[in-house]
Amino acid sequence: MSTEATTVHGHGPAPGIMRWITTTNHKDIGTLYLTFSFIMLFVGGAMAMVIRSELAQPGLQIVNPDFFNQMMTLHGLVMIFGVLMPALVGFANWLVPMQVGAPDMALPRLNNWSFWLLVAGMSMLLSTLLMPGGAMEMGWTMYAPQSLQTPFSFAFSIFSIHLMGISSILGSINIIATILNLRAPGMKLLKMPLFCWSWFVTAFLLIVIMPVLAGGVTMLLFDRFFGTSFFDAAGGGSPVLFQHVFWFFGHPEVYVMILPAFGIISEIIPTFSRKPIFGYTAMVYALACISFISFAVWAHHMFTSGMPTAANLFFMYASMLIAVPTGIKIFNWIATMWRGSLTFETPMLFATGFIVTFTIGGFTGVMMALVPADFQYHNSYFIVAHFHYVLAGGTLMALFGGIYYWLPKWTGHMYLERLGKTHFWLTIISLNVLFFPQHFLGLAGMPRRVPDYALQFTDFNLISSIGAFVFGASQLLFLYNVVRTVHRGKQATDRVWEGAHGLEWTVPSPAPYHTFQEAPDVK
Amino acid sequence: MTRKLAVLPILCAALFAAPAAWADLQFNMPRGVTPISHQIYDLHMFAFWMMVGLGVVVYGGLMWTVIFHRRSRRKKASQFHENAKVEIVWTTLPFLILVALAIPASIVLVNTQNFHNSDLKVQVTGYQWLWQYEYLDKKAEPVYGFYSRLSLASLKRMSIDPPKSPWTDPHYLWDVNHPMIVPVHKKVLLLITSGDVIHSFWVTEFGGQVDAIPGRITQWWINVQKPGIYRGVCNQICGGGHAYMPVVVVAVPQDAFYRWLAASRAGRTSGPPTMAQAKALMHGNVPLALNGASSSEKRLASEVKS
Repeated sequence: MSTEATTVHGHGPAPGIMRWITTTNHKDIGTLYLTFSFIMLFVGGAMAMVIRSELAQPGLQIVNPDFFNQMMTLHGLVMIFGVLMPALVGFANWLVPMQVGAPDMALPRLNNWSFWLLVAGMSMLLSTLLMPGGAMEMGWTMYAPQSLQTPFSFAFSIFSIHLMGISSILGSINIIATILNLRAPGMKLLKMPLFCWSWFVTAFLLIVIMPVLAGGVTMLLFDRFFGTSFFDAAGGGSPVLFQHVFWFFGHPEVYVMILPAFGIISEIIPTFSRKPIFGYTAMVYALACISFISFAVWAHHMFTSGMPTAANLFFMYASMLIAVPTGIKIFNWIATMWRGSLTFETPMLFATGFIVTFTIGGFTGVMMALVPADFQYHNSYFIVAHFHYVLAGGTLMALFGGIYYWLPKWTGHMYLERLGKTHFWLTIISLNVLFFPQHFLGLAGMPRRVPDYALQFTDFNLISSIGAFVFGASQLLFLYNVVRTVHRGKQATDRVWEGAHGLEWTVPSPAPYHTFQEAPDVK
Repeated sequence: MTRKLAVLPILCAALFAAPAAWADLQFNMPRGVTPISHQIYDLHMFAFWMMVGLGVVVYGGLMWTVIFHRRSRRKKASQFHENAKVEIVWTTLPFLILVALAIPASIVLVNTQNFHNSDLKVQVTGYQWLWQYEYLDKKAEPVYGFYSRLSLASLKRMSIDPPKSPWTDPHYLWDVNHPMIVPVHKKVLLLITSGDVIHSFWVTEFGGQVDAIPGRITQWWINVQKPGIYRGVCNQICGGGHAYMPVVVVAVPQDAFYRWLAASRAGRTSGPPTMAQAKALMHGNVPLALNGASSSEKRLASEVKS
């Protein structure tokens, strides 16, 4: 492999905009993914602001119910497929090759293709807003038969889901191929950093579930446009079948969004505790265990659909079982901090905040696994609080922490520490003001996915909306901090954090365009 | 943990700012009025306190290490990274806690599915965006039924152009034109289905919800312990009117119920019950028109007692 840099024909980046369109460099593609997800964070966030503005008071003030439902549906899809997953893939692109000592991803051209497929898919999804009849209105779960009542833009939504699914599958193949083939000599699987492990497991999940989603939405497409009756009771189909297909994808999908976040947290906590991760092997097995069980719990989203008692019992027990490996991870993080020498720079603040908020989501998760209790919790604001505690309080917090943690390595500049800490405190406080009252709303009987509600729910909704506005505004600080760090800031050292270990910290900051062209020695 | 505490003053300030509203705020699930709702409430509280206990352990440990293991107190970090014993403990203990939760949950689940020996069957059908209630006889044939939709008072106020204040209607989105009427202290089996898309019939006071699915019948049983007005909602998104199809069930004394039903079947009422009529029945005030049921009406009434 040549070591000479420079020129378009060599190994340097192409000049101008073509660098970003044609790049096959894992760092460039990682940056593209992260930038894309950053933009989408504000798009999806703006939709959330519309939702919370309408819900601040009872009655209809800002949007009509149909547009509210479109916002609610797109908010979910954008946050899942446009923000959390691309951001995590962005981290994987930047970090997996650097952490296993590889020069690039195993399939660089495929890597480029998966990114641009994602952009195409997400753009098409958003464009349905401008089509006659508007975007989908039935929530990201697309339950039949309501989804069969949608305007023709539904076909575009389905096609965009196919595109994003292909993008995820290709990205996953790439990650698995990189990890299996390009590890530096001596980097045994059980020596890999936990972030690589988390993505290794997640990639398998994605490859299994994405075709299932593709199959499910294709059946919807046929029912809607070609006269089949997979999900139409009048034609002999079953609406519940769609729920089974969807959640067989949907539940592992939840773990797709949280497992790499676990990986990020498992990197940050040892660094700022100045201690090795506690129970490395247990952490790896817990990851594998969670992903394995995640295929056997899907129907806990359907406890109220009238399944037989035996099925309800099975899915209750399986869902509760997931709490055990998840608990192991939380205990091991705390044990990693235990008797360490802790400092709380911004990444560590976010990691600690992650444990606090994610654990609340874990507790409500165990409560909802109990079928009879779920008869009350199901589809109420209680579950809205639950999954926002694990996705916003979990994955998003881990993403923020991860950005602050690796940004100096990526850009060569330190971010503004005070601003980062302010961002953290504003985020975690407003997040709790935003989502904690939603538990009360759900228990008191407020359904989810409504643009309007009875007067008794007003107070908590107003508190929640105030929290949402502060939460949204706080992210502008983050935007400023990141954009500023990309351009200037105090020069970062190669190791950046004194407690950091791992191959990515052995290369200069900012990381050169090509790293590990010769495999490093891993002891 | 410190960050959790930081939230409290803000929440408290927000709550105390409106002392009038304070009394109305509902933080928890209602205990409800049926045997099942009581069991589910107890299960919910049991699970809640279990989670509080676990939370004390987890957050206690986290807070301890955040306070006492900072660099300002410990210059040098210990380097331990394994301990088989504690790992076995924190794998086994949570498992035992889960078993402790699973046992009562399984028992309550089986109780919720006890659909035998009902005294009355009512078929509930969801439509976009209203409910239909049909009272069934022993052969499961509908003998009397009506549709129930959002009250006119709410309908007049759910406008965006021009926006209208909902505050002039104290029961905004909480009232219907014709509530469902059920007798107290009778086991009523609700047979739930849908005529178009999936809905969900949810009255918190009755312990939970059941999806209304086209082409299927799902079930829920209630045995209301005291007369009253119980309100609920459709809890599965079903289109633009999803927020606007509330459920109102009025539980009335048995005697009033059967006289009302017999009179309604005989066509001696002015139509489906209004909220006002239902409230009167609830207090045991049977309107004169419903009294003096003929023997044939008594037979009609007894037919639905299955």
